[in-house]
Amino acid sequence: MNEVVVTGVGAVTPLGVGAATLHERWAAGVCGIADGEGRCREFVASDHFSVKEARRADRFAQLVLLASREALADAGWADELPYDSTRIGAIIGTGIGGIGTIEANERTLIEQGPKLVSPLAVPLMMGNAGAAAVSMRHGLRGPSYGVVSACAAGTHAIGSAMRAIQCGDATAVVAGGTEAALTPLSRAAFVAVDALSPTGISRPFDVRRDGFVMGEGAGVLVLENGETARSRGAKILAIVRGYGATSDAHHITAPPANGEGAARAISRALEDAEITPAQLVYVNAHGTSTPINDRAETAAIKTALGERAYTIPISSTKSAIGHLLGAAGAVEAIATILALRNRVIPPTLGLEQPDPELDLDYVPQSSRRLEVEDGQLLAALSNSFGFGGHNAVLCLEAT
Amino acid sequence: MAEPSIDQIEKVITDSLVTFGADPEAISRDAELEALDVDSLDLAELSQIIEEQFGVELTSNDVAEIKTVGDAIDMVAGRAK
Repeated sequence: MNEVVVTGVGAVTPLGVGAATLHERWAAGVCGIADGEGRCREFVASDHFSVKEARRADRFAQLVLLASREALADAGWADELPYDSTRIGAIIGTGIGGIGTIEANERTLIEQGPKLVSPLAVPLMMGNAGAAAVSMRHGLRGPSYGVVSACAAGTHAIGSAMRAIQCGDATAVVAGGTEAALTPLSRAAFVAVDALSPTGISRPFDVRRDGFVMGEGAGVLVLENGETARSRGAKILAIVRGYGATSDAHHITAPPANGEGAARAISRALEDAEITPAQLVYVNAHGTSTPINDRAETAAIKTALGERAYTIPISSTKSAIGHLLGAAGAVEAIATILALRNRVIPPTLGLEQPDPELDLDYVPQSSRRLEVEDGQLLAALSNSFGFGGHNAVLCLEAT
Repeated sequence: MAEPSIDQIEKVITDSLVTFGADPEAISRDAELEALDVDSLDLAELSQIIEEQFGVELTSNDVAEIKTVGDAIDMVAGRAK
């Protein structure tokens, strides 16, 4: 099977615009959460899009368009696509899609009647709008579609893109995830299901953790066939070594306490990567800051990694930006790659009072230098688990 | 509803096109919608606005005949009588 490499990354997050900004600010201990939410406050659509471009895209599609622009430029694709456009795909995950558009048109429907519902409602709200926007904006004419698996969507999108390149359906895929669900309905709905933190504080693995803090943003990675990327002289940021996807088949919103499905996804990703737990240097946890996730994920890591679970550094990006739902996996894969490349493990912010039941090394509060020996593999896991019992894990190796 | 003046119709159409993202400097009676980057989705929105403002219903077949800004103004003026 073809090797799959990452040649470009782009991100828009509550920590700012840009993938490097995400890494630098998180590593410096900056938290992008304000007033109990992770909003992309530095993102202003009119700074980046024409009036027409902005009107034709819900915020969730705008965010991924901007992240894709950065990722393509990073890959050296800004001026020209390096391959036949029919060989390049776009696979973009989302948890919810254009919910802001849905809510606005629902108001119009109720207040003004069906005749004034916008002709733009469908193209803006559909869950595949992010993938469509990226495909059209960059002229990518290979396979393109959206991936929907709640909070695992970004990771599934990267995994699906990896498989498409491995089996030869595409030479390259622009893959990622995006979400913009900081809206009244979505907020109320997550409160109703008792998932959001009433205190508005994201502190994964802390004994006081009381739910996740919702965030918004997008992450995009340019994935290429390793052989063609190398022959065009591309800068290789990382290798997508392995991917594991499983299901709990247990409960619509809760994992089993032992994290069995998550553990299988981790093991499957390692097996696919042909890497042993001892070779891993970092785990980017799903780490949502909900009581149940952090407990089940800890159990899953122990099951899958054995003794290595007790020594490996583990941290949660959600402690710095909140939970980006369908964008989380893509943004966290980027954060993982940049942590490895910069040899810095960013911290789990807000983790001040460890939960006595959670006894792994969650890198509390401040960054840690990643010490590696010459010739040592720089490999890490990025975990994502979604409502519906969807588990997806990537094994990434920095180059 | 009182019969709208040509000026009123022109203003509503021009304002709508600007809202859709057309360059205000490029808008004139002779300007072609395609050159203004106005597409079928914009025309569907314009039809809604026209119906709401002037009570004139434009079908997708009507809209398909509109090539220039002037065509749109004349069609609405003709139907609004």
